[in-house]
Amino acid sequence: MKLPHVDYEAPETVSEAVELLAEHQDEASVLAGGQSLIPLLALRLAHPAVLIDINGIDELSGVAAADGWVAIGAMTREYVAEESGTVTDTVPLLAAALPLIGHEAIRSRGTIGGSLAHADPAAELPAVARALDAEFVVRGQLGERVIPAAEWFEGYLTTSRRPDELLVEVRFPAAGRGTGTSFQEVARRHGDFAIVGLAASLTLSEGAISDARLAFAGLSDVPVRAIGAEDLLVGEGPSPELFDEAARRATDGIDPPADLHGSSDYRRKVAATLVRRGLRAAADNAYERQ
Amino acid sequence: MVDITLRVNGATRTGSPEPRMTLADFLRDDLNLTGTHLGCEHGVCGACTVIVDGRAVRSCLMLAVQAAGSEVTTIEGLAPDGELGTLQQAMWDAHSFQCGFCTPGMVMQAAAFLGGHPDADERQIREALSGNICRCTGYQSIIDGVLLAAERSASPDPAAPPNREH
Repeated sequence: MKLPHVDYEAPETVSEAVELLAEHQDEASVLAGGQSLIPLLALRLAHPAVLIDINGIDELSGVAAADGWVAIGAMTREYVAEESGTVTDTVPLLAAALPLIGHEAIRSRGTIGGSLAHADPAAELPAVARALDAEFVVRGQLGERVIPAAEWFEGYLTTSRRPDELLVEVRFPAAGRGTGTSFQEVARRHGDFAIVGLAASLTLSEGAISDARLAFAGLSDVPVRAIGAEDLLVGEGPSPELFDEAARRATDGIDPPADLHGSSDYRRKVAATLVRRGLRAAADNAYERQ
Repeated sequence: MVDITLRVNGATRTGSPEPRMTLADFLRDDLNLTGTHLGCEHGVCGACTVIVDGRAVRSCLMLAVQAAGSEVTTIEGLAPDGELGTLQQAMWDAHSFQCGFCTPGMVMQAAAFLGGHPDADERQIREALSGNICRCTGYQSIIDGVLLAAERSASPDPAAPPNREH
């Protein structure tokens, strides 16, 4: 399986990349880490006329914390984010999810922006972004737009980025005092895409849950929030009974897909189990961070 | 065609690959370094793993043009003078191979991992090699070999047996 013929551009600045995107529109694919795009090319599932390789754009890499947010450049490689003390200290949910992405060699090349722009609904980072209400910064020739995670994921491998826009940065809110998080997943092998994954975040203040976020990977064509369970949790004191009830409601309104790895019903059961585990772990973590 | 210059196994090499050529094909077909094996050619099996700028990468998921200016190490670069290194000798001693097809990828992944984690335990080694598929060995002998290499690096007694956790 060799890659198809394709034109190749390697811009060195964001403005050059944006100019190329404006010229080629949806005939172009942006090549970041390539860990999803190159297989798609090899398998002839993607056939762009031109690859716009953004690996040479230095300004797209880096992790910076400011004003309660951590901004991660779109070309920041997953292993770099994984090794970043800023990410570990400030966005622990992201730090927990990063080692579960693919395998070590995949994270050597794979990027934060690439995974989120590829938007595989079974991947870890989309669930984290959706749970934390991350913000996506895209740049086009007319300037920048900031897109909330709830509006970023539009469908299977589809985002609200327009063909002439480049994802330049993703911003994650810093976890405050009393916020505990946990990332849970069941996959066939370590490193595989999750059959079901869960990004969970709970904030405790004065003994009660003041904020609850549960986002699933693998249950829909986009990462989805368990709204029913979240609503149930807020205002209550954490308890095993409460978490059991949240687990029962976790897939309300969600119709999980069925494939050779598991039926829809199996995914529902896994989701409930992950909610129970994730809430327990997040609550323990929240107590530690009081 | 794009003209590129890179370092491969310590030597400066040049080439003019088409942009669509993967690093794996460039190494094998243009530089004649056929020790890097191609299994799935879409990033699943790990057979084509090489080390680029100190990190294990899948050479089928990287374009040759993207390796311009990089330092690449392939399986041929591990024993340039014909003497097996510690990792290779340990894998030899532990019978870490059957058909040998996955071996270059396993060795390169293990070499990259042990470089950063010289005192790795069995669990960490299993995790590090989890992206490399072997259809013969059942993995145990491969894990034993890498563990033996880690132990020999820690204590220079070559007779030290692998210390497995069960």
